Amino acid sequence: MASSIRVRATSNGDTIEVQALIQHPMDTGLVKDSKGELIPAHFIQQLKFECNGKDVFVADWGTAVSKDPYVKFSFKGAKKGDELKISWIDNKGGSDTTTAKIS
Amino acid sequence: MTTTTRLHPTRRLILQGAASVALLGLGNLPFAGAHAAANDKYPEEAFKLKSEADAIKALYGKTAEPSDKVKLDAPEIAENGGVVPISVTTTLDKVTSISFLVAENPFALAASYRIPDGTIPSVANRLKMAKTTNVTAIVEADGKLYSATKEVKVTVGGCGG
Repeated sequence: MASSIRVRATSNGDTIEVQALIQHPMDTGLVKDSKGELIPAHFIQQLKFECNGKDVFVADWGTAVSKDPYVKFSFKGAKKGDELKISWIDNKGGSDTTTAKIS
Repeated sequence: MTTTTRLHPTRRLILQGAASVALLGLGNLPFAGAHAAANDKYPEEAFKLKSEADAIKALYGKTAEPSDKVKLDAPEIAENGGVVPISVTTTLDKVTSISFLVAENPFALAASYRIPDGTIPSVANRLKMAKTTNVTAIVEADGKLYSATKEVKVTVGGCGG
């Protein structure tokens, strides 16, 4: 299965800019489906970025993060070719992990 | 010229849901006042609180003061409350965490980011907004909390709000 995580990490001098797009419904648990039944909450709770054995960015998310979440941040202390590891877990215990090379 | 204003099917679904939400009793959950921002754990209690002030207290255990060093970038008007691009940057030093709150959402706290040493205190993300209300960014720097607030007008409320 294709990864739910799409990530781009580009180095710009000593700063690495990271953009990530994740496919996830991010259901709030407050919305009803077409049959009038509540769609249970299903959302990513934690998203983590690691580089060279160190957390560089940790996101704690609630249900108010949009469907198919997008996040952008930058960090220092890595270089072109280093590997960035991205992982998320959701409230139902689902998870996904991927790695991306910094370009 | 024909069907450009047609609503996306999922959005129509969302709008139907929005009406029902007002009727839902959102359980008033007690919380233990855990200062989750300090450790690695997901701050579950803070995300369940309805008011902005309670969520900030649960997350950080203190209150924030407005600062012009926190730059919150959000649209004046968001046509689709389901996807509102919001970002924050700050010139403050020693930033350890950045959080986003939407005042009149069912649960005020939207997202909280931990900023380790070496990471630039600047985050962009997309949030859901139930209706026109204030968006607040909280920056924790050197143990203190700073905030910036901006009102975003929402034309079509997003995702069960």
